[in-house]
Amino acid sequence: MIKRVVDFFGDEEHANQRRRLFYLVLVLIVIADFLVHREHAEYLWDRLPGWSAVYGFLSCVLLIFVSKFLGHRAGLMRREDYYD
Amino acid sequence: MTDFVHPALLFILGALPIPFLNGSIRKAYLLLIPALAILAVLTIQPGSYGATQFIGQEILIAKVDKLSIVFATVFTIMALIGTVYALHLPRPGQHVAAFVYVGSALGVVFAGDYLTLYLFWEGMAFASAYLVFAQGGRQAIAAGFRYLMVHITGGVVLLGGVILHGLSTDSLLFGPIAGEMGVGAYLILAGFMLNAAVPPLNAWLTDAYPEATVTGAVFMSAFTTKTAVYVLARAFPGTELLVWLGTAMALYGVVYAVLENDCRRLLAYHIVSQVGYMVAGVGIGTEMAVNGATSHAFAHILYKALLFMGAGAVIYVTGRRKLTELGGLYKTMPVTVALYMVGAFAISAFPFFSGFVTKSMVVAAAGQDHRALVVLALTMASAGTFLHTGLKLPYYMFFGTDRKLEAREPPRNMLVAMGMAAVLCIAIGVVPQPLYALLPYPVDFEPYTGVHVTESLGVLMFTALGFVIFLRALDPENTISIDTDWFYRKGARVFMWIAGKPLTRYEKTVSDVSETAALPFLHGAARAGLWIDLAGVDAIVNGVARAILNGGGTLRRLQTGVVTHYALAMIAGVIAATVVFAVVWR
Repeated sequence: MIKRVVDFFGDEEHANQRRRLFYLVLVLIVIADFLVHREHAEYLWDRLPGWSAVYGFLSCVLLIFVSKFLGHRAGLMRREDYYD
Repeated sequence: MTDFVHPALLFILGALPIPFLNGSIRKAYLLLIPALAILAVLTIQPGSYGATQFIGQEILIAKVDKLSIVFATVFTIMALIGTVYALHLPRPGQHVAAFVYVGSALGVVFAGDYLTLYLFWEGMAFASAYLVFAQGGRQAIAAGFRYLMVHITGGVVLLGGVILHGLSTDSLLFGPIAGEMGVGAYLILAGFMLNAAVPPLNAWLTDAYPEATVTGAVFMSAFTTKTAVYVLARAFPGTELLVWLGTAMALYGVVYAVLENDCRRLLAYHIVSQVGYMVAGVGIGTEMAVNGATSHAFAHILYKALLFMGAGAVIYVTGRRKLTELGGLYKTMPVTVALYMVGAFAISAFPFFSGFVTKSMVVAAAGQDHRALVVLALTMASAGTFLHTGLKLPYYMFFGTDRKLEAREPPRNMLVAMGMAAVLCIAIGVVPQPLYALLPYPVDFEPYTGVHVTESLGVLMFTALGFVIFLRALDPENTISIDTDWFYRKGARVFMWIAGKPLTRYEKTVSDVSETAALPFLHGAARAGLWIDLAGVDAIVNGVARAILNGGGTLRRLQTGVVTHYALAMIAGVIAATVVFAVVWR
């Protein structure tokens, strides 16, 4: 069972199924976010359905590119023999 | 102390017979000790144990309350899991070190005074350093020395703080630092923050953990930073500084994880990030925040150990640790992949996994405390956590480019240990109430509300979307990243250069001058002195002595002792006197 699940995520032949399933999940999450009950909205963004999706995506993109910028342009990344 | 068996004692004394046991007896014994310790913690009663006096100070070996029981519970459970994971090791050394390490961590957790705390604190540093040295090889030994140096420095800072604090408050009992923070309190805080890996004091962690042995790193990921969270929660709840340092930590670790190529160093940076949530929670200091920090430490120990066990299994089987050299292992290691992913979902705080019911408590506490910026930053760090430990690391380690590595599932005991941790990660996520019941304050928090579930899934799954779109940008690169260890690694080199170049040159110049000029002059002067001494002073002294000796000899000849000689001399004298008298008078 475990092997079949893992293979589903690894094998090339399931790529299209994987992609379809993934987008379906994304859509369902956004729809569900519009349906849930919001009573303890602390901040402005708590009242916006779909905010978490936008914020998650932006966070991801921001983290990737800010880090790579720091690594390549600000010189955090060095050759492996840097300390030798 | 009849109704209380100190679990630290079980581990530290229990470590002594290990080298003398072999085979399955040793295995059974290794499992028995943590099992007994779990039992001891389960039956422990709150109270104070082992109060005594030492150098005029009150000492309290064990102070048991709810906060210490939570940490002791997860520490002993983790000791059992870690021991199972390490059960296949043929040599006893690492088992002994691990037991002393766990025992010392438990000693810190129950310590009722700063002296006891300090002793166990140093015990942890030395026992854990062994787990790095045991890996062998130049790199590991160098990292082990750096680790030891940093922790000894931290220990000295802590001891200095303890002494100053003790002098100003007249007590060494360990508890919340009340009132104005003095120099002593700040030094104690610095010592604690070093072990919690709060930047800029964090680099020892990401430097040493990836160099430790496969099984040693599992223990290390669980104990040092979490005892530090415990002592921070005990002594410094509500310290504003910790809120901001913790929040910065959460993002700091995530940023570095993007750049990292070594699989265990990536996970180590996520320890920094996750401990950031706990430090921030302690800093916020409300009942809910301290509960959140405590429960997150509990969950973190289990899922982080699971992740380290998964990465360790890959290193054990393939001998490789760089993401650029790994890939395509899912076919040969499906069980490892599945168990690793349980840990990944738990750290990412997916619903029905442990992180979801603990991490969100910290974030919710920040929200309740009206700290919008902290909430946003911690949520962003959550996205980063899933991005790296849930997507990037498993993708490049298990899927991605197939490097055609020869691999198989790791030994059974490793899989069993991973299974134990995985079961707990899911159990806590599905039924959080038993964990909530252990927490120091009553819990008024419901993780499974509709909006919380959809929001978490939204953040996580749209992070996954970003990952899918920008996958190529995340490709690991064959580099290392500069962290704050740069200062002491390069600093040590500057020190060695100063010792090697300017100091030696000065020393050589001085010795050259003394050899070419000063020494010959001194030699000449000494020779002249010797000549004067021999030819002048000695000659005079000897001459005088010889003259006196000769005079004495001559005089002695006059003293014959014969009466007729004396009579003759007297007659001669009288005649001479008469002659003189006659001549001179005239």
